[in-house]
Amino acid sequence: MAVISNDGDGFRLGMLVYDTRYRSYTIQIFALILFMLAVAWLLDNAITNLALLGKTFSFGFLFETASYDINQRLIDYTSTDTHARAAIVGILNTLLVAFLGCITATIIGVIAGVLRLSNNWLIARLMTIYVEAFRNIPVLIWILITVAVINESLPAPSGFRGADPAASPFLGGMLVLTNRGFYIPAPIWGDMSMAVVAVFLLSIVAMFVFRRWARKRQEATGEILPVLRISLAIFFLPTLLAFFALGMPITLEYPELKGFNFQGGVFMRDSLIGLWLALSLYTGAFTAEIVRAGILSVSKGQSEAAFALGLRPNRTMNLVVLPQALRVIVPPLISQYLNLTKNSSLAIAVGYMDVTGTLGGITMNQTGKAMECILLLMTFYLIASLSISSVMNWYNERVKLRER
Amino acid sequence: MKIKGAIIAAAAVMAVSTAANAGTLDDVKAKGFVQCGVSTGLAGFAFTDANGVWDGFDVTFCRATAAAIFGDPNAIKFTPTTGKTRFTALASGEVDILYRNTTWTLSRDVDLGFTFLGVNYYDGQGFMVRKGLGVKSAKELDGATVCIQTGTTTELNLADFFRANGMSYEPVPIETNAEAQQKYLSNACDVYTTDASGLAATRATFEKPAEHILLPEIISKEPLGPLVRHGDNEWGDVGRWVLNALIIAEEKGITKANVAELAKNGSSDPEVNRLLGKEGSDGDQLGLSKDWAVHAIAAGGNYGEIFERNIGESTAIGLARGLNQLWSKGGILYAPPFR
Ligand SMILES: N[C@@H](CCC(=O)N[C@@H](CS)C(=O)NCC(=O)O)C(=O)O
Repeated sequence: MAVISNDGDGFRLGMLVYDTRYRSYTIQIFALILFMLAVAWLLDNAITNLALLGKTFSFGFLFETASYDINQRLIDYTSTDTHARAAIVGILNTLLVAFLGCITATIIGVIAGVLRLSNNWLIARLMTIYVEAFRNIPVLIWILITVAVINESLPAPSGFRGADPAASPFLGGMLVLTNRGFYIPAPIWGDMSMAVVAVFLLSIVAMFVFRRWARKRQEATGEILPVLRISLAIFFLPTLLAFFALGMPITLEYPELKGFNFQGGVFMRDSLIGLWLALSLYTGAFTAEIVRAGILSVSKGQSEAAFALGLRPNRTMNLVVLPQALRVIVPPLISQYLNLTKNSSLAIAVGYMDVTGTLGGITMNQTGKAMECILLLMTFYLIASLSISSVMNWYNERVKLRER
Repeated sequence: MKIKGAIIAAAAVMAVSTAANAGTLDDVKAKGFVQCGVSTGLAGFAFTDANGVWDGFDVTFCRATAAAIFGDPNAIKFTPTTGKTRFTALASGEVDILYRNTTWTLSRDVDLGFTFLGVNYYDGQGFMVRKGLGVKSAKELDGATVCIQTGTTTELNLADFFRANGMSYEPVPIETNAEAQQKYLSNACDVYTTDASGLAATRATFEKPAEHILLPEIISKEPLGPLVRHGDNEWGDVGRWVLNALIIAEEKGITKANVAELAKNGSSDPEVNRLLGKEGSDGDQLGLSKDWAVHAIAAGGNYGEIFERNIGESTAIGLARGLNQLWSKGGILYAPPFR
């Protein structure tokens, strides 16, 4: 407003078009109106078409009985629960595989990225092959291949039966690999086990306090403590002591063959393993390139200077190269995490019951509420993606170059 | 630019379903062929032969419909649909009629907004297991891993059956019959469950069919039939009466071989004459030519012939007529009178 009253000649309508000061506003407002009209037309069209098909737009179906079963449930769920609860079961499954996938993709990516720069010819080439193979074949194919390999090559549970079974568990019964999935022991939380957990959590806190103190001390006095070894000791020792002192309250439940399948332990289904592995290897290949680019972006002079100052190679990596490389690595890494999360919706191809399988699959199909289900799905993926990117942006802020 | 592109795409998607309602028969006549939704592939019911030509029980009914309208059983295009995609394909107007082992249920009729035109196969859900498992009854399946096709009535019946019997199971959801077969054969599931006819058809394609058995329990009613969108009665009538005509043809002994001659020379049975367009004006009432039923029957024969040729006891699938026998011969196949 102030701008307008400042100009002496008064305001004419033509200025909205010819005056460069106003023209951009005119265009923007005009575009906004057009955009809103388009949205209104789309909504109207959607509602009319739904009405033509004799369908109403409502979310009431979410509170009706789902009537179908879901194999992997992180919370209690039976076929008598509602569609809303089935959707939540699916959401948790999506988050589980996305979380596991992001962690392993990062580990694989960092290792492969660093090794690709290795001076060892063979290792560097192997990593190139890995990166190129996984980057250039669609992830859906990798998912299908991994699950097919598990299904076709591993023994069925019945192979473990009998006096002289064709297959047997590994690690003294700790690990059972079947073509329906993998079983590992599950912890049984006895009395007092919470005390052990509490000690464990406390020692993690203590470890961070120690590391901060050690850094301060190093900055003040220049003395270097064996931080890694002491951290590891703080991490393990108190918990182990508490565990034995309290009479081993946490025990393990081993998977056992009962009836058609193994029972007990933690069951990781073929679909979870396949999806997780394929997503990690696929995204890991991209991450490896990002890591390599990040390391290469730090000019050689930096590490040469560090060597000249007498820093050993791993300290040079940790103190000089990585902190600078992270600035280059983190932003594209965010989009890899987002990609992985969204790619996890390919779960449906191998029958992993993620949110696309429950809400966007069976629920949508059985209720016919396509519009509503897709809108909810879009909202979920939007929120998940925005949350991931805000967390990562926060991290990026922290590693960013601080200009002093 | 991006936003604009997205809007146009979204508009296109939403606009698809307009014009999908009334006047399907006119639309079909105008484009010159029927678009029929079938399975992605189920031996005996809908499959492509070595030359890529669609054939099977459901496919023949589609062809008969096309023949009734155009006089040509090849005036038809097929869209393979999965359990999940079939209803969207029909609702959006991508297909005109759906012949895909689809069970007639209340919610599909009322809630999803479709009209079922009748039943071309009375079925029920069964279980298939390997003989080697030693299982004799579905009640012994506690703890088993079960392969199911998603988007079907099968998965709902299964949940009910296991809950009612206080048993647990591990469901493995699968998109198509082909994938289910692969999973089952690799022993990634103990049991495959779907419509008993589908189980028989699937088993027939196995290398060693004799190593697999169908358990005695049939846990549901699965009346399978054709369906169209709600609200277009003229189109629905055409599909319904093609199906009825094929059943009546069996009743009256009109076959692929004698239909042309009967149409030419007439019969002493007035209903046959009406059916074949010698008397009355039923074709006009349906918006079809007088001899529509002649073409429909000539396409693949009457109901009994279609059954025997595709899935009957002389085929590898070897299904008995059972409930699908004519009402006059102990079954429940019963078409309303043609008058
Ligand atoms: N009748 C059930 C099940 C239909 C169904 O999916 N049948 C299977 C086997 S009988 C099938 O046709 N599969 C063929 C395909 O995967 O395309 C329904 O309508 O929901």
